[in-house]
Amino acid sequence: MTRISGTKVVFGRPELDRLIALLRADGYRVIGPCIADGAVVYDEVTSTEDLPEGWRDDSQPGRYRLDATGDGELFGYGLGAQGWKRFLYPPRQMLFRAEKAGRGFRIQQRDDDGTPPLAFLGVRACELAAIGVFDRVFHQKGFEEPGYLRRRTDALVIAVECARAADSCFCVSMHTGPALPAGYDLRLNEVVDGTRHVFVAEAGSERGAALLDRLSVDVPPPALVAEAAGQAEAASRQQRRRMDPDVAGILARSLESNHWEEVAKRCLTCGNCTMVCPTCFCTTVEDVTDLSGNNAERWRTWDSCFTIDYSHIAGGALRQKASSRYRQWMTHKLSTWHQQFGVSGCVGCGRCITWCPVGIDITEEAAALAQAEGTSAAGQGHLAESPGDAGQGR
Amino acid sequence: MAPRKRPKLAVWKFSSCDGCQLSLLDCEEDLLAISEAVDISYFLEATRKPAKGPYDISLVEGSIATAHDVETIRQVRRQSRTLITIGACATAGGVQALRNFKNVKSFISRVYAHPEFIETLDQSSPISDLVAVDFELRGCPVNKAQLLEVLSATLNGRKPNVHKHAECIECKMRGNVCVTVAKGEPCLGPVVQAGCGGLCPSVGRGCFGCFGPTETPNTAALAEKFAALGLDPRDIQRQFRGLNANAEAFRKESERHGN
Ligand code: SF4
Ligand code: SF4
Repeated sequence: MTRISGTKVVFGRPELDRLIALLRADGYRVIGPCIADGAVVYDEVTSTEDLPEGWRDDSQPGRYRLDATGDGELFGYGLGAQGWKRFLYPPRQMLFRAEKAGRGFRIQQRDDDGTPPLAFLGVRACELAAIGVFDRVFHQKGFEEPGYLRRRTDALVIAVECARAADSCFCVSMHTGPALPAGYDLRLNEVVDGTRHVFVAEAGSERGAALLDRLSVDVPPPALVAEAAGQAEAASRQQRRRMDPDVAGILARSLESNHWEEVAKRCLTCGNCTMVCPTCFCTTVEDVTDLSGNNAERWRTWDSCFTIDYSHIAGGALRQKASSRYRQWMTHKLSTWHQQFGVSGCVGCGRCITWCPVGIDITEEAAALAQAEGTSAAGQGHLAESPGDAGQGR
Repeated sequence: MAPRKRPKLAVWKFSSCDGCQLSLLDCEEDLLAISEAVDISYFLEATRKPAKGPYDISLVEGSIATAHDVETIRQVRRQSRTLITIGACATAGGVQALRNFKNVKSFISRVYAHPEFIETLDQSSPISDLVAVDFELRGCPVNKAQLLEVLSATLNGRKPNVHKHAECIECKMRGNVCVTVAKGEPCLGPVVQAGCGGLCPSVGRGCFGCFGPTETPNTAALAEKFAALGLDPRDIQRQFRGLNANAEAFRKESERHGN
């Protein structure tokens, strides 16, 4: 019988393989952690052989390395380099095709990328929170993103709780982890020691429970349950980085801070932070024609508030300076997002810190802004930009 | 619908390697569509019988490096309604603009057996230094998909979807792992314009900078990162002195790390 929440079971690696095989047989494309180009990335997995066995990440500002542990752990790393965003909301989506018909166009095909249902293996607490943010963004009254909603509704989520934190993590201070909240179909804790390599599992939905029913599982001894339950706490204790709890207020009061110019000296305006952020959802829409002009396509592609074109309106781009672009990103993420969506736009995953080529740390910038409060040149308006000051951009 | 009159296309070469104009021939499956959409009137690499101007669209490859180039580009401009420069040579002076940092005579005497036959300018310059240019398509060589896009856009009177932001955006969209962060490889991507689709990082090495500087390149911050990765000033200078050495942002940054 189905066992939702509360009933914990335990199984070994062969059953995890069976779970992957069952999902694949059910028509899911299973996406999980793999090693590629020196990092953990999320990609299609066909068995536990594909998982990053014995690898642990060292994620620091602007520096990422994998260390071999040799302990056989499959989920010993923290996060994939990019999140699940690229599967739920792909970088390039064709919205429709159109063919010339008289003086107008006839729409030929609407968004349906035909991807099979996805099963995500190894979703962390902060990533569940990020998917929750996406749900709010793409499922609002008056704005529903059909492609996202279909992929999201189909997706099966197998969460794995973190047993340790990376240097870049700060989910504790964002109240998003490391303990798994609700929102998964199945949750796992991986326990590896000298004598055993097991997964303590629990269902979070009917779908998850039905899956567990098809596996051969045991009742975990209380000591094992306790060990699994202690993992998230250990990961919490490891976290050194934290976001100032008043960051929304600090940012709202810091619009004119001199500190933005300080960040701008270091910021490359490369947009990597927005690309790897699991909640950054901005896109641009482009129409393309073929040479004849008889066929057109409309594409939606990921965009970034760090580009000039992003703020381009009639008369020019509003945010020429790096300072105003960084300010826009950080202030939206951590302050105005609350007004817009009722939650923080940051879940504390630390990806923007790790994958910023120059290691700009959003938590440190928040702390610096807090410190600069009171010493700022409020009222000078040095950040006020009009489309006319294009020449000042750096 | 009546077929529109096919606009006349000309393809010109200045000081360059021909790679960019070959990108047009490299369009293979689209070549037929191109020849249907335009009348290829002047393209010495592809046609036997050049037709006289004026031309509706001129694609210009190569930099201005000789006195003869200076004369010819003025003639080309006069005969062209829309002039599009293609490639790093035409848009920034190309790799041959490395001469701009040195005395060109010293190279000539060392490279050629008979330096007396060589006539060249001291500097290699982009086309836009001499004549008005309607659109600059970057790349060494240009990306053929972007070339097609620019042609399609020009023929259909719309703005080409060619971005001036960082290569990193394309690279991340492709799903690449950052070579700088994960391997400590120096990569110019954060200050280089997108266009190649993330070619080099996809095979594990840093960006060479084929597409020139972004809209707002913070080269100083990237140079600092290179230094932190262990590059000495000469190596940092070399990073910026490549295929787009003469592009203003790269030229200035390279000059900050020696001469
Ligand atoms: S802002 Fe940074 S830490 Fe916060 S969710 Fe985005 S990538 Fe993660
Ligand atoms: S904060 Fe870092 S990743 Fe983001 S745009 Fe600036 S340099 Fe790039």
